[in-house]
Amino acid sequence: MTDQELKEIMKPENIVYKKSGLLRDNIMHYCPGCSHGVTHKLIAEVIEELGIKEQTIGISPVGCSVFAYNYIDVDWQEAAHGRAPALATAVKRLLPDKYVFTYQGDGDLASIGAAEILHACNRGENIVCIFVNNAIYGMTGGQMAPTTLVGMKTATTPYGRNVDRNGYPMKITELIAQLPGTCYVTRQSVETPAAVRKTKQAIKKAFLNQKEKKGTSFIEVVSTCNSGWKIDPIKANKWMQDHLFKFYPLGDLKDSVKDDPESYKQYIE
Amino acid sequence: MGELRLMKGNEVIAEAAIRAGVDGYFGYPITPQSEVMETLMIRKPWEETGMVVLQAESEVASINMVYGGASCGKKVMTSSSSPGYSLMQEGISYLAGAELPCVVVNVSRGGPGLGTIQPSQADYLQVTKGGGHGDYHVIALAPNSVQEMNDFVALAFDLAFKYRIPAVILSDGAIGQMMEKVELSDFVPRRTEEQIRKECGDWCTLGSNRHNVVTSLELDSTIMEERNVKLLKKYEEISKNEVRYEEYMTEDAEYLFVAFGSCSRICKKSIEMAREKGIKVGLFRPITLFPFPTQQLKVLGQKMKGIMSVEMNVGQMVDDVRLAVECKVPVEFKGRYGGIIPSPDEVLQALEEKLVRK
Amino acid sequence: MAEIKGAVVVDVERCKGCGLCIVACPKKVLDHSGDVNSRGYDYVKMVNPDACIGCTSCATVCPDSVITVYRAKI
Repeated sequence: MTDQELKEIMKPENIVYKKSGLLRDNIMHYCPGCSHGVTHKLIAEVIEELGIKEQTIGISPVGCSVFAYNYIDVDWQEAAHGRAPALATAVKRLLPDKYVFTYQGDGDLASIGAAEILHACNRGENIVCIFVNNAIYGMTGGQMAPTTLVGMKTATTPYGRNVDRNGYPMKITELIAQLPGTCYVTRQSVETPAAVRKTKQAIKKAFLNQKEKKGTSFIEVVSTCNSGWKIDPIKANKWMQDHLFKFYPLGDLKDSVKDDPESYKQYIE
Repeated sequence: MGELRLMKGNEVIAEAAIRAGVDGYFGYPITPQSEVMETLMIRKPWEETGMVVLQAESEVASINMVYGGASCGKKVMTSSSSPGYSLMQEGISYLAGAELPCVVVNVSRGGPGLGTIQPSQADYLQVTKGGGHGDYHVIALAPNSVQEMNDFVALAFDLAFKYRIPAVILSDGAIGQMMEKVELSDFVPRRTEEQIRKECGDWCTLGSNRHNVVTSLELDSTIMEERNVKLLKKYEEISKNEVRYEEYMTEDAEYLFVAFGSCSRICKKSIEMAREKGIKVGLFRPITLFPFPTQQLKVLGQKMKGIMSVEMNVGQMVDDVRLAVECKVPVEFKGRYGGIIPSPDEVLQALEEKLVRK
Repeated sequence: MAEIKGAVVVDVERCKGCGLCIVACPKKVLDHSGDVNSRGYDYVKMVNPDACIGCTSCATVCPDSVITVYRAKI
């Protein structure tokens, strides 16, 4: 291809993909290849496409994505470790016409914040919860998470996770799917173009569910942590496909509306 | 004259919150303050003013709901009692760090641990000296009547928003549970979103094109130190402007009780009894525990032959009293602990034994 | 007959060289440049531009949103 031909192609009207206008220009602090970057991008794209930037409030967690607020150009609150769903509950109840989403990792959501996420989902808060599960604590240096697979080596399970010592890996998304307040519970990933597109559709659906006041939408994104896993980003994706997907299978766990309150009245009548 | 009612201190907190135009209450049951949320649930303010009332899954969730609501510039509050207040400390530190206005009511009870459900003032240190991690203060108001439980709700919100700081009403089980006549405040409407944007638009997260971020995080320690300096200046300003206290029969006093909350009422009775015996004693009651009325107590205290700090704890405020008078006057302590309220007789007896007869 | 041709522009300074775009590309258009940006990352570039069909796979999986994709009928 000649330079002239390239110039012909690279005209603004021929752009078919560019950085979301809702992503700020700063460089993300994430390690090369980190799934957080893709997930952030999808949230930004969805908010941009729905035209709800000035009606959206994000809640960032403690962990690698603590700085999520630096990258997506909406109003943000940074929560204490595990408490994002509590913040989101208050925000949504006080501002019912706004869009509220939480963004949490597996340590934040499934360990220290297990109570907050379960109760927010059980109350059926009309919020979107994004759960990035890479089976490890990234920010603090690769320690065992509640979702770490048995046998998986981490900084605090140097010989592999052992059930007798460390308990079982937690499928918190399956727990959440059982809660009557949830309307949409799905497990997705972002390692291939197809997976990314599916996750984007899931995020968009979750925001639309919020608009329709259907209940809590919960999206797990099975992710990599190549630094924590100590392998390169491409191998990390492969490892995730070969191992994490077996224990955390992708797909929708629930897609309906929250339970009808009427159906709960029979028990005391 | 406002509407008069006979009410419990805890009930009044709820009524005052509705009347102050509070946007949200998030709480968790704990004795001896559960009537706050119960009263709100009976009153159904969501039908009247649109106020949100939510029973959270824990005190930890409650205070973080307060953080979420406060970040939106809303008037939000919670209430609890000592063990629950301890659980909230992390959240209060975050609120202080992010400079968020909110009101926390602590109807305190005896500890440590699960302790007792009877009244106590053993949370003085954790309320006034920080409590959670990091360098911070909260404004602490100490009501000694059901009337002040009413009055301090609106006052606490005013101060919280004026300085962007959590304000704590440090009450105790006696004030929370006792019934008294109270003149209720007039209704103030909740602020509209436009009003909130006008007042808090440069920082609050109502959804905007400003990329407002509420956070207490700063990894650059030079910037973090600047934040600490900013907080410090704020606390100095509060200490200069917002000290509140009451003096009672101090004009001719030779001795002085220093007491807050329930204890100040007991001291008033002890003063009456002492004066019948010819002992000239007065009362200095700090109303703001932070900022502590150090200067005012210094001026008054140094005229005294002796001072006795009377507290429902093992001696938590007494150090602040000694510091105020710079140890130039004998400062003694009389306390009852674990949920016991001292009687006027034993307070007087302590005064006589420890100061008057010496 | 008109042919669909694509091209990508990599924001070199923002690229972290993770290589996820390289394996996502069905036409093997991209590879590490062998050079580093100011932050020390071996950034990605088009090594086989003629093969690009502008499918956006590379940009879709890019965690740092550094790739702009163009597509045109030529």
